[in-house]
Amino acid sequence: MPAISHHNGMDEASFTAFADQLDRYVRDRLIPAEPRMIEANAVPADILTEMRDMGLFGITIPEDYGGAGLNVSQYVETIRRLAYAAPAYRSTISIGVGMVTSALKTGGTAAQKQRWLPQLAAGMIASFGLTEPGSGSDSAALQTRAVRTAEGYVLNGTKRYITNAPNAGLALIMARTSAENLPRNAHISAFLVPLDTPGVTVGKPDRKMGQAGATIADIIMDDATIPADALLGEVEGKGFEHAMRSLDNGRLSVAAASVGYARRALDTALSYATERKAFGEPIASFQLIQAMLADSRAELYAAECMIADACRLADEGRRTTIEASAAKMFASEMCGRVVDRCVQIHGGAGYLSEYEAERFFRDARLYRIYEGTTQILQLLIARNMLKEFAAGV
Amino acid sequence: MKILVPVKRVVDANVKVRVKPDQSGVELANVKMSMNPFDEISVEEAVRLKEKGVATEVVVVSVGPAQAQETLRTALAMGADRGILVTTDGPTESLAVAKLLAKIVAEEAPGLVILGKQAIDDDANQTGQMLAALLGWGQGTFASKVEPTADTVSVTREIDGGLETVELKLPAVVTTDLRLNEPRYASLPNIMKAKAKPIANKTPADYGVDVTPRLTTLKVTEPPKRSAGIKVKTVDELIEKLKNSGVIA
Ligand SMILES: Cc1cc2nc3c(=O)[nH]c(=O)nc-3n(C[C@H](O)[C@H](O)[C@H](O)COP(=O)(O)OP(=O)(O)OC[C@H]3O[C@@H](n4cnc5c(N)ncnc54)[C@H](O)[C@@H]3O)c2cc1C
Repeated sequence: MPAISHHNGMDEASFTAFADQLDRYVRDRLIPAEPRMIEANAVPADILTEMRDMGLFGITIPEDYGGAGLNVSQYVETIRRLAYAAPAYRSTISIGVGMVTSALKTGGTAAQKQRWLPQLAAGMIASFGLTEPGSGSDSAALQTRAVRTAEGYVLNGTKRYITNAPNAGLALIMARTSAENLPRNAHISAFLVPLDTPGVTVGKPDRKMGQAGATIADIIMDDATIPADALLGEVEGKGFEHAMRSLDNGRLSVAAASVGYARRALDTALSYATERKAFGEPIASFQLIQAMLADSRAELYAAECMIADACRLADEGRRTTIEASAAKMFASEMCGRVVDRCVQIHGGAGYLSEYEAERFFRDARLYRIYEGTTQILQLLIARNMLKEFAAGV
Repeated sequence: MKILVPVKRVVDANVKVRVKPDQSGVELANVKMSMNPFDEISVEEAVRLKEKGVATEVVVVSVGPAQAQETLRTALAMGADRGILVTTDGPTESLAVAKLLAKIVAEEAPGLVILGKQAIDDDANQTGQMLAALLGWGQGTFASKVEPTADTVSVTREIDGGLETVELKLPAVVTTDLRLNEPRYASLPNIMKAKAKPIANKTPADYGVDVTPRLTTLKVTEPPKRSAGIKVKTVDELIEKLKNSGVIA
């Protein structure tokens, strides 16, 4: 297994300057644009242009390819700050800067990096296609086939719930290059598929519980022919490994998103609690309300510490399957509890669409489901623990 | 035309400032600092003039502690070309800053100096005016519109009760008001590019300016707390309450 290269990231002063600008951008532009985005169920075009100009699509891409070359800690910190605003903004960039860039950096050939990374850095939206109608948690059971021909590969199959599919230029598609399941999931390969490839169509965007503006749809491949050099790394059988490794990275991003949004909900709850009066007093003066605020703050802090530690390990070049999974599992469940308390603190107002608490509650629900459900992460953590125990680590 | 833009590092506008227990000033330890918001507007205006081809170079200058370098870097990331940092750790009083700026103007020979109308820390609102006086230049303060021509600049000023437009002969001093423009965000690519832009490190002694404070702060206190208001239902009730509380006879 090749060693993960250790990135030092951006110098601290520049990163701090960027983080300050990003906070201001989130506060002054992204949050005020939320009602527009929710109404249109799409990130507004002017905001998308600004996000590109800000360099948000290239945060993890090496400088040589037109990105900022942030290390894992800086990348995850950027996501946390961005995720203080509605989730759709992060969702638009996260697949590209997260899983697709990560797979290209660790598994792509020089020519593949040269072709795709600069386009992604410049703002091409990306998708990651693993889930199918018949396989989600059991992702290795996927049925999409890639058959080698004289021209390259012919893809057939359907990918389901694919984030950004209606707007993406590129999708990293996991497909079987062997009809039989092979040990170490070597029947799966990863392909860089431009979405304008003949034979590739994108379904109607699915309607969902929350996260308005973030779109998902099916990607349907019907005899879609792609050249042989679309195979990631130009080696078959490595797709699952790349996907899982990219997911370590993606899970830290979901953990950071959970923390960013939990902070937003807690700030909102705190401010409501100091304004709303009952029994002649602000409700914040009641200890049962204070308990909800304090528990939320403590759990948020725990999640932030877990994420920071997992990022540090990743920046040291270590594999962080347990830590990233634990951070994602804890942070997303924590976010669920915090948005729930936020609704509770709002009382009846928390149930009305007029207040933000209701939307926080719906939006946050997804964090416990994608990029590994809580149950799948429990299994993954425990399986790795047992492996370590057996190996005497 | 070269434009000089002074920028000040101040407590961030979103920080709730607290007075130090000994009332000697406000708490600055572990407080987030940023570029004075009016100065962001000045940088934006200068950069826009450069983008329009009116200005050829934008030079930013900051007088303050070593960390004011970060403020200069932000201005460079917004599009300024180079910076001058005049390091001093003590208080920066308006007159001392104006004198330093006058010396820098003598060296740099800009056609315009664009300052914020005030810094949000001390709200002094006088550095631009003092600088214009020291230089003997025209001044257009509280600008909501700045339109330079070959040898003049027309400045629309926000004054009580309306707008006033003045025309100044160049070189001139302009101070910016809130509605002049909406400053851009420094993008990640531009923050990276700004790393390569030069910043000259200077001290007040390099310019022969004595920055010893001339003012003594006696005491800093919080504004008096306002007590909660009450709601009245009718005008009669209002008059009665005002009479009872002795506000009217
Ligand atoms: C909005 C949204 C965006 C998405 N974006 C993408 C994307 O961009 N790309 C992509 O590839 N996928 C994406 N997904 C898919 C997502 O990753 C899957 O939905 C998720 O992994 C769960 O798979 P599933 O829906 O098939 O659920 P299932 O696997 O059917 O799981 C159903 C339930 O069973 C539990 N379960 C399953 N197996 C076990 C087990 N062995 N032990 C205990 N419990 C188990 C699960 O935890 C869950 O509670 C997205 C989904 C959504 C909703």
